[in-house]
Amino acid sequence: MRVALFIPCFVDHYFPSAGIAMVKVLERLGHEVIYPEGQTCCGQPAFNAGYWDEARPLAARMVDLLGGAEADAIVSASGSCGAMLKVFNPELLGETAHAEAARELSGKVWEFSDFLVSKLGVTDVGARFPHKVTFHDGCHGLRELGIKSQPRKLLENVAGLELVEMGEAESCCGFGGTFSVKFSHISEAMAEVKCESALSTEADFIVSNDSSCLMQINGWLEKNKTEGAQPKTLHLAEVLATGLPEN
Amino acid sequence: MPARSSSFKAAAAAYTQKRDTRAFLRGSMTGYLAARAQRETEFQDWQAAREAASAAKAEAVDNLDRYLPEFVEKIEARGAKVFFARNGDRARDYIRGVIQAHDAKCIVKSKSMTGEEIHLTETLEHEGYEVVESDLGEYIVQLRGEHPFHIVAPAMHLRREEIRELFADKLGPGAGTSDDPTALTMDARRAIRQKYLEADIGISGVNFAVAETGQMVICTNEGNGRLSTSLPKVHIAIMGIEKVLPTLDDLALLLPMLATAGTGQHITGYTTMIGGPRQPGETDGPEEFHLVIMDNGRSTLLADAEQRDALHCIRCGACIYMCPIFKNVGGHTYDTTYMGPIGSVITPHLRGLQEWKHLPSSSSLCGACTETCPVHIDLHHHLLHNRRNAAAAQPAWWERLAFRGYRTLAARPGLFAMAGKAGRLFQKLASPLLGSSIDPAKAWTRCRTLPNPPERSFREWWAERNGTANGRK
Repeated sequence: MRVALFIPCFVDHYFPSAGIAMVKVLERLGHEVIYPEGQTCCGQPAFNAGYWDEARPLAARMVDLLGGAEADAIVSASGSCGAMLKVFNPELLGETAHAEAARELSGKVWEFSDFLVSKLGVTDVGARFPHKVTFHDGCHGLRELGIKSQPRKLLENVAGLELVEMGEAESCCGFGGTFSVKFSHISEAMAEVKCESALSTEADFIVSNDSSCLMQINGWLEKNKTEGAQPKTLHLAEVLATGLPEN
Repeated sequence: MPARSSSFKAAAAAYTQKRDTRAFLRGSMTGYLAARAQRETEFQDWQAAREAASAAKAEAVDNLDRYLPEFVEKIEARGAKVFFARNGDRARDYIRGVIQAHDAKCIVKSKSMTGEEIHLTETLEHEGYEVVESDLGEYIVQLRGEHPFHIVAPAMHLRREEIRELFADKLGPGAGTSDDPTALTMDARRAIRQKYLEADIGISGVNFAVAETGQMVICTNEGNGRLSTSLPKVHIAIMGIEKVLPTLDDLALLLPMLATAGTGQHITGYTTMIGGPRQPGETDGPEEFHLVIMDNGRSTLLADAEQRDALHCIRCGACIYMCPIFKNVGGHTYDTTYMGPIGSVITPHLRGLQEWKHLPSSSSLCGACTETCPVHIDLHHHLLHNRRNAAAAQPAWWERLAFRGYRTLAARPGLFAMAGKAGRLFQKLASPLLGSSIDPAKAWTRCRTLPNPPERSFREWWAERNGTANGRK
């Protein structure tokens, strides 16, 4: 299958290892991976803040760019930005010349774990990661895209990996884009609830399919460091790319 | 920053600092969460029930012009006096008129959020009437001079010990001697029971109004709704226009859904159906029955096709329980009648978008509210719609400027990549500033570290790895 990557801007600039890991996993599974050039931002920050007129040209641009890629599927490194393309773009661009193209693209976009499990039927990618892991459900992935079992199926099949659920797995980490700085005290309190729940599992790694949540979680953990070992945050793709046999 | 927004932010920031209070609040919900989860599994198909409930409410709300007159005609035929109130002033005037006509002094009141919405109890107390809230939670917050903390659980923020102290202080000798919940309930019961007998008038809310039969329905767990509406000679009920349901079958679906979502029960302890005043040959019920049907901004919401489903709300309070914002700022911080997600959706419609637009903004849009809503209101998307409407009508100039600049930048991939690189470099250079008073990222770094900037971006990695291959545009 010919797979086009959708690398959201903050993954591109701050968490490239998540995108690199996706390439490794997809190529290992025998797929051709392309990266349509010129990707910037999908417009979600402006969209979420209510500035839809400012968001629209960026959303339309990504629809043109990804919709024009000669690929069987578009795979997103982020559940949240994936939801922008899949769920919100058809509404945002509904009354524009891009309406049809936005709906068409929506049907081709997949979040990474959903793509592996639901589209490809793969649950064991052959990774080895001998650590204790807890999974954080990013809200957009969970509630806009219905992603819950997919990442867990993948993690359960990683050799040596022990998956432990935290009590607050489905609670929001408090990131929420500009919300995290506009209402930073509320955001901080939400991060605290999330992180304390994750810490209580004594996992070595907190894994998610959204780097933005992980940035929030890791940011809080580092600021509130205590004695002893601290869990690290890691994108799901990075776990799945670990210990893969060379092609 | 507008006054309401800054006071909300200040109150929220203060509440988030109270770790014990927040932990107590979360802890107080564990029983509800477990019971509710269990109740949901007892439905043949909870998701299908949600869709059916949503459809029933949509039928009613989309055809209010048919169902409201049908309901009114039937209940009037049995002697009810019905008054349509455009707003809170009209509703209060009418209620005051009834009270004065009977020269009433003492009023018992069962729970009514519509009454809260128009500050009915406070207004009447201020005018010299004795008004006693008969719902235990409402009674407690009334004694404290507070508003409800949560629409279904008004006193959920209080510890037993605080309630004991309150009763010892306010209910005279013999009360508040133990913090045992049964003893505390008996203290309140002794005080309230007496009032039922003294009261000239009973006021209640309405959970549902059935058009098919012309009956209004009250759901309580203490029987206070029944006592408040049948012992006094006069009963005044107040409801919003959206409370009507087409048929008894719809009620049969919505009663267990309200109980499941609201309290984790199969059905509330007391379900009272009232079809008017006491009829000839009947032994109980009030001699006179008034029903106030209030708009108070609801028709604005009705006219908004996109958000009209917010009128489907049955006031179960589930979205409030599930909301991580509510859990971390508490119910009083909102300073509204309806707190939590439903409040942040409807308050801007009922009381002014620009004045209340900070409420839809203070959300991470996590969607836990929409997921839990028994009538499937698209709550978190309506928060987005409110943001859009607020920005379209009256954008913050700096925010619009920032997003316009960002739009210009993001439309130019080369420039965008350079800006990203410059940003990462700037972060490295600016690292001594981080956490200081002139830190440009202070709103973030106050409580979190920034991620370490990587050596190269994904696009740089891709270009190196693939050369110019696949580099076609």
